[in-house]
Amino acid sequence: MTVSHATGGGVPLLRTENLAREYALAGAPVRAVRGVSLTIEQGEYAAIVGPSGCGKSSLLNLLGAIDRPTSGTVLLRGRDVSHMRDREATEFRLRHIGFVFQRFYLMPMLTALENVELPMAEAGAAKRARRARARELLSYVGLEARGGHRPAQLSGGEQQRVAIARALANEPALLLADEPTGELDARTGRDVIALFDQLNRDGVTIVVVTHDEVLARAARRVVHMVDGVIVSDERNGPGDVGGPPRTTISPALVDAASPFRRTPG
Amino acid sequence: MRATLAWSSLRRHPVRTALAMLGVAVSAAMLLDMVMLSSGMQVSFRALLTRQGFEVRLTPKGTLPFDTEARIARAASAESVLLAMPAVQAVSPVLGTTLHVVGDDGSAAAVFTLGIRPAIQGDYELLRGLDADAADRMVVNATFLARTGVAVGDTIVVAAGYDAQLRSWTARRRVLVSGEGRFHYLATGQAAAALPLSTVQFMVADAGTAPSDEVSLLMVKTQPGVDAEALRAGIERELPRVTAIATADAVKSVEQRLSYFRQLALILGTVSLAIGFLLVSTLMTVSVQERVGEMAVMRALGVSRPHIAQQVMLEGLVLSVVGAVGGLGLGLVTATYLNNILRAFPGLPAAIDFFVFEPRAAYQSLGMLVVTAVLAGAFPAWRAGSLPIATTLRSEAVS
Ligand SMILES: Nc1ncnc2c1ncn2[C@@H]1O[C@H](COP(=O)(O)OP(=O)(O)OP(=O)(O)O)[C@@H](O)[C@H]1O
Ligand SMILES: [Mg+2]
Repeated sequence: MTVSHATGGGVPLLRTENLAREYALAGAPVRAVRGVSLTIEQGEYAAIVGPSGCGKSSLLNLLGAIDRPTSGTVLLRGRDVSHMRDREATEFRLRHIGFVFQRFYLMPMLTALENVELPMAEAGAAKRARRARARELLSYVGLEARGGHRPAQLSGGEQQRVAIARALANEPALLLADEPTGELDARTGRDVIALFDQLNRDGVTIVVVTHDEVLARAARRVVHMVDGVIVSDERNGPGDVGGPPRTTISPALVDAASPFRRTPG
Repeated sequence: MRATLAWSSLRRHPVRTALAMLGVAVSAAMLLDMVMLSSGMQVSFRALLTRQGFEVRLTPKGTLPFDTEARIARAASAESVLLAMPAVQAVSPVLGTTLHVVGDDGSAAAVFTLGIRPAIQGDYELLRGLDADAADRMVVNATFLARTGVAVGDTIVVAAGYDAQLRSWTARRRVLVSGEGRFHYLATGQAAAALPLSTVQFMVADAGTAPSDEVSLLMVKTQPGVDAEALRAGIERELPRVTAIATADAVKSVEQRLSYFRQLALILGTVSLAIGFLLVSTLMTVSVQERVGEMAVMRALGVSRPHIAQQVMLEGLVLSVVGAVGGLGLGLVTATYLNNILRAFPGLPAAIDFFVFEPRAAYQSLGMLVVTAVLAGAFPAWRAGSLPIATTLRSEAVS
């Protein structure tokens, strides 16, 4: 199963140039992001950390093309996503970006399987194909037995894993997560962290915004922000960053490698 | 998937959805009833007037049928003038008068009686028994039977006059109640009877000596393909002492007189459309409002604006279609009920209906309601589609 359709090439996967975002508020405008230039290579796993209100989420929204910068650009594989029209940006998110939110945000009336199928349906996948892939993805995140359950019947950690499976539905080039462990206790948080680790090893490029030190330590690179600017950018010891990204993996390998693999029942 | 989402969001609040559907059904029923009412009387008047295919009616100069006691004199000669006209196929003379059914104890009950020619009459329909095709046979209606206690097959005495000095009924005659009929032009609550024209003419003649030669009304059936209006004008030229009314004109004048019914129905129908519109738009606005977070998430995941909007519109469509179908049933039931109440209105011909179901008009109006309701979903749908994603997600997370 492919979790990410990462392709190589000379250009970095993601590059921002002098990115800025101001919120025009009555009184004084809030300058949440002030000139961020950041490059994320294919296969990287980066954590953005920093004090509350320093502009992490604002930056992530710009990277994921759900918000527009006041100035500067976001280039994904050389394509400027920051000045796309809405229709184009939407299509771009659908095909290339996976989002994971702090509050999971699953559709409450849909089952876990249907939630994972949603982006595939939007992308026009045939019913049978998307059902099959949704099953695989749920099994990848260790929830193959919970496909028929609604979000309310799942624990927080399980919901977040379904949300991660959903984010992977259309084999995104980039997975963006804003405080993915923010609503979880330490133990279930660790499950999610381990899953991210597995995903990155399977070739998914990940950018995660977090306050969670455990999560930040798990990332291969940590970007510190203060007051809308990057103040430091460090590597977290040896990772497989820079090595040739593994783009496809066999289901057997996934099954063997996944820490979430559980025998049903 | 859009259908799944739309359906699942309706199912999420089953009670609310059911109430909204009921609300749409009530407004659809009201709309349907108003559409039925706006044309009902016209349709049934037209059906009544054109029923037996009499295209022209002749009344004494300046009157309407049975409007006054006035009669057309020298009816036989008028009839032969008419029959001599090539456009005329048949003539049906009618003489209306009040007779009294005289009991053995001298009591009497009034009955409105039509003198007709049974072979060519358009006033009643025989339900059972024998027609009034012999001099002393009388067809009566159900009200007559109920009021007098007479049964079909009984022989009774009817009188045309009363001598106040002698205190006795004059111009008496013994007749056989031979059959029961339904009288189209008379009110259900009115006792009515029909006798051969000559019998009635004989009874109303002075002292009952020689038959009168008067009728109240002459109904004319034309040859196929004849222009009724031209014939009408021709008749008035030949017989200046009568007023000739073409059925089409009568229908038109009835329609004019009923136009305020139409306006009332139009206004109330529009009100019910507006209620349907407001109902669906309120519900969809609330429903979108409480799901802005979900919608922003879907947008973030790459669901397009049109698809979000379509999902919301689809919800409105399901609400309004289910409501409209329910409203069809509800509307028919209430129309039947109201029709029965209104038909008891004194003095109205029994054949008149206030609510007439015309499938085309009904389906058109329900279609209009569905379109209105879908439009009602358009604004909330547009709003849902154009949410600012990041800001919405942020405010959802903060709240
Ligand atoms: N939609 C908005 N409108 C106005 N101000 C905003 C908006 N979004 C963010 N801000 C402001 O921009 C600044 C940065 O916010 P942002 O959410 O990016 O910070 P953050 O680093 O993610 O914080 P936290 O760790 O608390 O999530 C804050 O001062 C915030 O109040
Ligand atoms: Mg944040």
